[in-house]
Amino acid sequence: MTNRRDVLRGLGATATALLAAACKPFDNAGLQGGWFRENVLHLGEDLNQAVQRFFLHPTSLAREFTEADISPKFKANGSTNPDSPEYQAMVANNFADWKLKVGGLVENPMEFSLADLRALPSREQITRHDCVEGWSCIGKWKGVQLATILNMVKLKPETRYILFTCADELEKTLDGTGRYYETHGLEDAYHPQTILAYDMNGETLTVPHGAPLRLRTERTLGYKMAKYIMSIDAIDDFSKISRGRGGFWEDRGYDWYAGI
Amino acid sequence: MTATAEMEKGDRPLPGGRVLVRRHSLLVRVTHWINVVCILFLLMSGLQIFNATPALYIGHFSDFDHPIASFGAKNTPDGPAGETMLFGIHFNTTGFLGLSVDNNQWQVRAFPSWATIPSYQDLATGRRWHFFFAWLFAINGAIYLIANLWNRHIWRDMVPSLADLRALPRTFVEHVKLHFDHVREYNPLQKLAYLGILVVLVVIVVAGMTMSPGLDTAFPWLVELFHGRQTARTVHFVAATLIVLFVIVHVAMVLVSGVWNNLRSMITGRYAIRAESRTEVSHD
Repeated sequence: MTNRRDVLRGLGATATALLAAACKPFDNAGLQGGWFRENVLHLGEDLNQAVQRFFLHPTSLAREFTEADISPKFKANGSTNPDSPEYQAMVANNFADWKLKVGGLVENPMEFSLADLRALPSREQITRHDCVEGWSCIGKWKGVQLATILNMVKLKPETRYILFTCADELEKTLDGTGRYYETHGLEDAYHPQTILAYDMNGETLTVPHGAPLRLRTERTLGYKMAKYIMSIDAIDDFSKISRGRGGFWEDRGYDWYAGI
Repeated sequence: MTATAEMEKGDRPLPGGRVLVRRHSLLVRVTHWINVVCILFLLMSGLQIFNATPALYIGHFSDFDHPIASFGAKNTPDGPAGETMLFGIHFNTTGFLGLSVDNNQWQVRAFPSWATIPSYQDLATGRRWHFFFAWLFAINGAIYLIANLWNRHIWRDMVPSLADLRALPRTFVEHVKLHFDHVREYNPLQKLAYLGILVVLVVIVVAGMTMSPGLDTAFPWLVELFHGRQTARTVHFVAATLIVLFVIVHVAMVLVSGVWNNLRSMITGRYAIRAESRTEVSHD
């Protein structure tokens, strides 16, 4: 026969479990891949994209600051030192053998060394970097406009996105889907402030910030600005790349359109 | 003024000299309850988002060495402790802020798992919830504002008159004594609270929009308004805090000043007042 203490203990355990469940009723509803998240919650970010696309002109520029506004500390986030032997070898010889490969749906696939990129017309901009985590830093960036490169390789008309493949594996996986990559639509790719930056705050881009080359897309959050760029490809579809959502963080539940 | 109650269209006399009046329009009632749901989800998903960078800054960028507030944990001789910093003053907030228990385990997180959606750390999912309810909240709020500015409800019933402001100290004393007069109009404290929360709700939306690099590019005046994105983020947080304080006081007042009458007024729209309400006000 159960005594009173056992009954009370059972009731206590049940109450604790119920309370824990009551506090977390929305965990399952928001799970990635779930119906509610992908079809209902997603409406919010769909509207963000539609409204921002409506109000943003292809040439509307993000605010540019002065030298005096540059942050004393610029946080390096995500990968800060890709640990692959290939990348470390590139660092060891100062990226002398590094070549940016530009291909995919283009008429003239090309390769660019750092010297080639530096010889092209450059753009310098002091802009605010907004991380999805909520912090901001201001830095000065110098690089070649992506549009310059895209015009040199001549995109085929079926191109819809530009794919950036990076040297860093931010998550170790068996199938390679932990490698960082990003995709952008053509509006952002051709935006005047979209540059492939090789200098930061007047100095050569350092490893924590994405050496030898990182992307700057000043109207988006930081995760769209791929670091450690190895190759750029014109593509018409990203559903077959990695986990199919258009970027490393997108594959992990963040929105492809990162304007907010 | 006449000593008898002024009856209005739709008033229904009740036994005991009371009158059932139309308190809230259908639109006010519907938008109010949608708002309740939105604010609950926005607050909890907002705390999830906040936990990704549990510090507040002033200006365009985050001066990491000089936050005006931060929530974290540190090791002490007595073990780990949750520590909250406000304007350089440190508070031990173990168990709630900075360090709290989930699944019988201590966790280093600014706001505890019971206060966030999802309960575990997941910024991407917090953002999904937040933007969905942000749109619902903004559309719902826009309908409320446009309709009630148009039909003059806000001007007529919420903007306090000079007489209201003069009656403020007396109303305050009556509230402290828990003496509540049930009349047709909002009392001066109600007017100020409801008007104030409307302003806070507008500010929180604009401050939220200012955190968007895309919207800052489309509308550069947004960031000028707050003198920086990080200031806007701080304003967003402070506004959320004010909303929580409002809700606590609001629910407390609903409970102590006639809970069934209050609840009925926000469900059916009908509110019971004493019949000579108008005269009382005009004698002031």
